Amino acid sequence: MSEQKVTHLTPHDERPPYGAGHNHIARNEGMPFDAGLVEDIRINLSAVERRVTSLKGRRTVKKDWQAAWLLKAISCIDLTTLSGDDTPGRVRRLCAKAKAPVRADLMEALGVADKNITVGAVCVYHEMIDTAVKALAGTNIPVAAVSTGFPAGLSPFRLRLAEIRESVAAGAREIDIVISRRHVLSSNWEALYDEVKAFREACGDAHIKAILATGELGSASKVAKASMVAMMAGADFIKTSTGMEKVNATQPVSLIMMRAIRDYYERTGFKVGYKPAGGISTAKDAVQYLIMVKEELGNDWLDPDLFRFGASRLLTDIERQLEHFVTGRYSAAHRHPMG
Amino acid sequence: MSTKVAEIFETMSYGPAPEQSDYVQEWLDSHPDGFDLFIGGKWVAPEGEKKTFESRDPATGKLLARLSIAGQAEVDKAVEAAKKAYGKWSKLSGHGRARHLYALARLIQKNSRFISVLESMDNGKPIRESRDLDIPLVARHFYHHAGWAQLMDSELTGYEPLGVVGQVIPWNFPLLMLAWKIAPAIAAGNCVVLKPAEYTSLTALYFADLCREAGLPDGVVNIITGAGDTGELLVRHEEIAKIAFTGSTEVGRLIRRTTAGSGKKLTLELGGKSPFLVFDDADLDSTVEGLVDAIWFNQGEVCCAGSRLIVEEGVADRLIEKVKLRLNNFRLGPPLDKAVDMGAIVDPVQRDRIDSLVSQSVAEGATKWQPDVPCPTDGCYYLPTLLTDVSPANVAAQKEIFGPVLTVTTFRTLAEATELANNSRYGLSASIWSENINRALEIASQVKTGIVWINCTNQFDAACGFGGYRESGFGREGGREGMFEYLKRSDEWRSSGSDIVEDIKAPEISAKHVDMIDRTPKNYIGGKQKRPDGGNSQAVADHDGKFMGRVGDGNRKDIRDAVESAFKAEGWSKTTAHNRAQILYYIAENLSIREEEFARRLSQLTGVSAKVAKTEVEASISRLFSYGAWADKFDGLVHTPPMRNIALAMNEPLGVVGVVCPDKAPLLSFISLIAPHLAMGNRSVVIPSQRYPLIATDFYQVLETSDVPGGAVNIVTGDRDGLAKVMAQHDQLDGIWYFGSAAGSEMVERLSADNLKRTWVNNGKARDWASSTQGEGRQFLREATQVKNVWLPYGD
Repeated sequence: MSEQKVTHLTPHDERPPYGAGHNHIARNEGMPFDAGLVEDIRINLSAVERRVTSLKGRRTVKKDWQAAWLLKAISCIDLTTLSGDDTPGRVRRLCAKAKAPVRADLMEALGVADKNITVGAVCVYHEMIDTAVKALAGTNIPVAAVSTGFPAGLSPFRLRLAEIRESVAAGAREIDIVISRRHVLSSNWEALYDEVKAFREACGDAHIKAILATGELGSASKVAKASMVAMMAGADFIKTSTGMEKVNATQPVSLIMMRAIRDYYERTGFKVGYKPAGGISTAKDAVQYLIMVKEELGNDWLDPDLFRFGASRLLTDIERQLEHFVTGRYSAAHRHPMG
Repeated sequence: MSTKVAEIFETMSYGPAPEQSDYVQEWLDSHPDGFDLFIGGKWVAPEGEKKTFESRDPATGKLLARLSIAGQAEVDKAVEAAKKAYGKWSKLSGHGRARHLYALARLIQKNSRFISVLESMDNGKPIRESRDLDIPLVARHFYHHAGWAQLMDSELTGYEPLGVVGQVIPWNFPLLMLAWKIAPAIAAGNCVVLKPAEYTSLTALYFADLCREAGLPDGVVNIITGAGDTGELLVRHEEIAKIAFTGSTEVGRLIRRTTAGSGKKLTLELGGKSPFLVFDDADLDSTVEGLVDAIWFNQGEVCCAGSRLIVEEGVADRLIEKVKLRLNNFRLGPPLDKAVDMGAIVDPVQRDRIDSLVSQSVAEGATKWQPDVPCPTDGCYYLPTLLTDVSPANVAAQKEIFGPVLTVTTFRTLAEATELANNSRYGLSASIWSENINRALEIASQVKTGIVWINCTNQFDAACGFGGYRESGFGREGGREGMFEYLKRSDEWRSSGSDIVEDIKAPEISAKHVDMIDRTPKNYIGGKQKRPDGGNSQAVADHDGKFMGRVGDGNRKDIRDAVESAFKAEGWSKTTAHNRAQILYYIAENLSIREEEFARRLSQLTGVSAKVAKTEVEASISRLFSYGAWADKFDGLVHTPPMRNIALAMNEPLGVVGVVCPDKAPLLSFISLIAPHLAMGNRSVVIPSQRYPLIATDFYQVLETSDVPGGAVNIVTGDRDGLAKVMAQHDQLDGIWYFGSAAGSEMVERLSADNLKRTWVNNGKARDWASSTQGEGRQFLREATQVKNVWLPYGD
């Protein structure tokens, strides 16, 4: 069977090293608030769930394809530590892993040693930005900081804006903001628009990822509407969760958000990125997400510029699967350097 | 390692993902001399010179196996084996049969991957579908019906199995259709002879081995292979009590004609041209996937495929753009590849048929669009196809294509959408997409289809009835409604006698009683007494041959007018059950006022004693009360499929029905046959007793004084079989009940084949109309209704 057509903006070899992020895609400039666009959104959850189930049986990748797709997944990981007990030592270790996510011998065996594959970004709290920036010096891996009173987003608005500015000043190139869930729950879409727009302005040149906390929004339609409003207000990425909600990234929610991104792209021409976060911990999960991205958004989105996993444990499982592909033996976690 | 990984890292393409099949091939190879027939629990070679045919893999053209052709001798043997097994099997306890069905379900699960692979090799359907849909549903059908076997003694009391059942199934869901047929049949205590489709017999033959392993008694299930000729031998076989057929409407018609008058029970699950309705408030992205599941499922080779997209004009362009985007990501390929959307068409003959219909549609003005995706050049494939600019008269809008071809039409209003949806001879299924529940349920109530899927499509389950309206056939498969198709009432008919009273020729005409004003009964059409079109009347006699008066001599034009009135009286079908009950009680009230008059008339006409006549009138009043009572109590069901869903099985009226009454107990039988239709909301055209029509013509005044809306009941007097023939041939009639002679029964069944109206005939047998079991009850209500299953998934 012959291959499907493939479209891609720029071959990876011809672009700056991995993790540069956003440099190839025009930023989303947003658009004026349009209530009609939001109100017209219709989501049928059971149909969405059927698509998710069906897709798992319609597409799969095996052998070399699986290995290549797992490497792609690594390049899209926002390697994350968001704990109260984070220390500079812990963050430096994470950054080392970000730079060399897979054992060199395995990369060699896979024939991708020269591709300089790193994770997409390192994601930390504000206090750890400086450490991370220094640890990643000389690479193009951006540091992302969670912000705006993460995870609840209920600190004074003025302080939330200040937090963004300080994080950007500290060297964060990506800011993961949290929205005020109450605006969604009360369908106060214009308030949500104004909030995200203000955050975006505070970010300046840093890219803004809008965390919707989908597990707290109450319905599928609300997720789609919040996605659309965040994009209208200029979000570069929309992201599911903080990782702290009871329900984090799920495939049905991802499908809904990806379709919102496609809709926004069709209307404005701006490509907005997608970041599922929380609970994605297996190589199999990761491939299913990538398949959904390819099917719903196309190959352009299979790129750290437009797709990220917010994950802390995922990498380890991918490493084990890659070793299995190379050696034919099932691998163990302790054979791979920890982050 | 190679540069391959690095390369794929850039292209992010999909690679091959083949399902392992060598062990299935080994099984096929272990039958170098081909397969025999499964008869009486053994593999039996056909007598004489062995005639065989080939079964090929449509994806490769490779020979899979040689199969035997069963001829007359083998069909006889198989039926004989089933008959022999029937005695013990039908008398086995429900629990005993349940254990066997349960064992079959388990064996199917234990061998599910093998069966899935074999099915995909034989049929061409993607392994995803055989693995995730067909085979799990096969197991589910056996589990569900193991349950019916278990509960039959308590839940289906008064019913018994039919005997030997002949089953003929199609090639699109080979083993699934086998399960739909065999599971309810043997659960009910029948024994079966099943003929799989000639293209796809292999999983049925594998199933035969599973029957042996499950310890099913020899002869309970017999499987014979062959083409249409073998099927015809089975259909014609005299020892068969019922034929269950799934396949084309054309063959369904032939079977209806062939079995007419044989007394064989019949269910037909036939073709479709199902509408897929999209409103402007639908979740359009989900709708696109719905379309993929509707028409690009199983290569479009699905009887209930949503093949007619009917979309609200305002969102049509957007939806079509989205469909095209989706199809440009479509993957066609080997059925055993785990990453394809569509596999191979079952046979080159079918592919050519699809192609020629598409060409004809384009020649008639349609615009064809196919995605620019790779299509394997070897093997039997057809690209998903979109036909726009399709007028309602276009061949693609009318004919069932049975391939991956979708037509597109737009509508402006809900009323227009319904009209377009119902503008078809078929009536199998409809899919409705809207986020407005009021709108969706309104349409669900209006479409003339046996299945309605709201915001979903092609959902199946053993607990839910499947089957169509109109020329999509009759009977249901699955659920409680499906069980009745394999059962009969133990005491449906009298053991002997006839319900007809022989005519006495040309009664001697005597002068009318001088003390009475001349009464000239006419026909009763549209709520008015109308002179017969032919302008003639015929003399009628009493039991003794004495002249009793004249009644109108109805002809085909009277039937035409009566049907027209009935058709227009749609309001009766829509009025509330409470209102219908009120009217039935009112009729009873008015009959009661004239009890003595009717009793006297009965005595005069039929010669019964005053006491017997009084009893019959009283029974008639009671019967009207019964159906007044039933009107709002013949409830549907809410099925429980294993998904987040409400599946409503609603009993809907058939629509316009013909009723041909017997002569015995002429008032009571007449009431017994019209009242269930009134109760369920049918509009009827009634031919009363030919021998004693005056009892019905007297009844006009009762109807007129009881607020029965014009057209709800129409009465035409005259020659029973002559008028029945006109009704059987009338395409606007949805059903016909005939209680006359055996020959008349045959005629009614045969002539009803053209529009496949539902029939219920007595085959010349008699009923005890006075009995509360033979003369009234659920069976009458079931025959007056058809079940519509509405699937309504939920979640937000």
